[in-house]
Amino acid sequence: MHEETVYDALTGAPDDARWAFGTGFDDPLAGVDTTVPEGVAPADLGAYCLMLGDDALVLAQRLTEWITRAPELEEEVAVANIALDLLGQARLLLARTAAAGVLGPCRERAGASVPDEDALAYFRDPGEFRCTALAAAPNGDFAHLVVRLLAAATLRLAAFDRLRSSRDPVLAAVAAKGVAELSYAREHAARWVVRLGDGTAESHRRIRAAVEAVAPLLADVFTPTDVELRLAAGGAAVDPAALRAEVLGVLDAVLAHATLEPPSWPAGAPPRGRLGDHGPEVAELLAGLQGLARAHPEATW
Amino acid sequence: MSAPVDVAADELERGFEATLAAQRRIEPRDWMPEGYRATLVRQIAQHAHSEIIGMQPEGDWLLAAPSLRRKAVLLAKVQDEAGHGMYLYAAAETLGVDRDDLTDRLVEGRQKYSSIFNYPTLTYADVGVIGWLVDGAAICNQVPLCRSSYGPYARAMVRICKEESFHQRQGYELLLTMMRGTDEQRAMVQDAVDRWWWPSLMMFGPPDTDSPNTARSMAWGIKRHTNDELRQRFVDMTVPQAEFLGVTLPDPELSLDPATGHHRFGAIDWDEFRRVLAGGGPCNAERITRRRAARDDGAWVREAAAAHAAKHGAAHAAKQTGRTA
Repeated sequence: MHEETVYDALTGAPDDARWAFGTGFDDPLAGVDTTVPEGVAPADLGAYCLMLGDDALVLAQRLTEWITRAPELEEEVAVANIALDLLGQARLLLARTAAAGVLGPCRERAGASVPDEDALAYFRDPGEFRCTALAAAPNGDFAHLVVRLLAAATLRLAAFDRLRSSRDPVLAAVAAKGVAELSYAREHAARWVVRLGDGTAESHRRIRAAVEAVAPLLADVFTPTDVELRLAAGGAAVDPAALRAEVLGVLDAVLAHATLEPPSWPAGAPPRGRLGDHGPEVAELLAGLQGLARAHPEATW
Repeated sequence: MSAPVDVAADELERGFEATLAAQRRIEPRDWMPEGYRATLVRQIAQHAHSEIIGMQPEGDWLLAAPSLRRKAVLLAKVQDEAGHGMYLYAAAETLGVDRDDLTDRLVEGRQKYSSIFNYPTLTYADVGVIGWLVDGAAICNQVPLCRSSYGPYARAMVRICKEESFHQRQGYELLLTMMRGTDEQRAMVQDAVDRWWWPSLMMFGPPDTDSPNTARSMAWGIKRHTNDELRQRFVDMTVPQAEFLGVTLPDPELSLDPATGHHRFGAIDWDEFRRVLAGGGPCNAERITRRRAARDDGAWVREAAAAHAAKHGAAHAAKQTGRTA
């Protein structure tokens, strides 16, 4: 009976064709035309994709820390799902960075067998990462998880929505795919914020504390870097300052629905994270992410 | 007054036996003997608990996975395991038990999970070997359960086995890749095989001579093959895979018996099995502690979801969450 033989035939055929992904994988953008459009500076485009990619990678890592610790099995599945979406965005964006020629010293630190996306993810030092504190801040309780996710997904969705018409067709395609994913993430987080805000006294207290903790992380996310300003002027990127009203409007609406007073949103601050100036939590996160890969730079995984 | 009840019970029992004899499925609303129900609850709950506890050993490598592709593959696998736990708890709930209650029984040590998950994952090769050997052994155990006499369990197993088969291929593919890498990586793979081989053989449970419930479970169609039959099948299938991979299985007595076509293998250390099952494995306390912490730390979240649902109407809440009290 066929059902008795599911386990058979791992061996036999001498080639790798039967493996779901194949071995020797090295480029998630394989087959895609990655020519940078005329009038867009490749170095700027690479730097910008690195910002967006690092936010996704670092937030995916924070979400992954929740796995096996969530309050319900349904949340294990949901959080893993959102982390997988972000990881997928990170891979495409890091590959886009590499294809634009922005690799830097990480390429030399990584062995020849390491794909470009992994050279960027695993062999850059903390000061070379371009993530915001909103993505990188350490986890707190479940209320903190959903409030941070709400803020990060709302911000990213607003950006990706506009990036669908980026002059870089690769970035536009990544954004178009990401919009559906981020809509789900934002929706999921918003529902939990409402449920916890309008749940018990305990959950209300916790969600209010989480809003107070997360609000300051929005100080620098609307401040553009020079790279973003140049690219935005050329139609390839979004000036984050243009997202402020929309993002805070969405957050205020969700919080009101959750019977919470909106916090006093912080004034703008310099984009420290985007320039590689991070708190110690980024080095700590990267030590956990990179340790094994860096111990075996010549390995093939 | 007892006679009519006995007659009715007799008829119900005959109907149950006739369903089994005809190889048809028992469904949740059908009459079933209490022993059948209790055995199924124990087996399905133990299986569900194994899926959930089984997220931990591999989950320990999620943050440190050595490439983004491997991270995505592992995260998707661990997510599948949470999904398997959900289907299985749902199947158990059709027998009149409650998921939260089963979780309590797990963390209080009143129900067991597969003892294999009490071993630590020391290197990334363990992720591959768990896929190849542990998921492989699980598939050997579980594929026949797609024909289990209890409908909801059998149907859950069909989907689970498909996903397990995928996980096993991913694990084996990781090992193939590592064996083509550096000497250090090859050594990691062999070391992981050395550590996981014997515990994998123990996954089939005690030998038939020491498995008192097997005969009854087979008569009820809850179990389809004996522990030793399944173990032999696993060994026979794994030996050529080990050769293809280029690793040595850590058993000097392993050899093909030309007369039977089966592989003979060395004696299993059943004292170790009993010790780990009784809580004396390297990671028993850690696994349960983390599961308990997730349950306890999340209590306020579940209470809030229930309170919100109560305030805003059950139908509305069910639509939102899929599951709240």
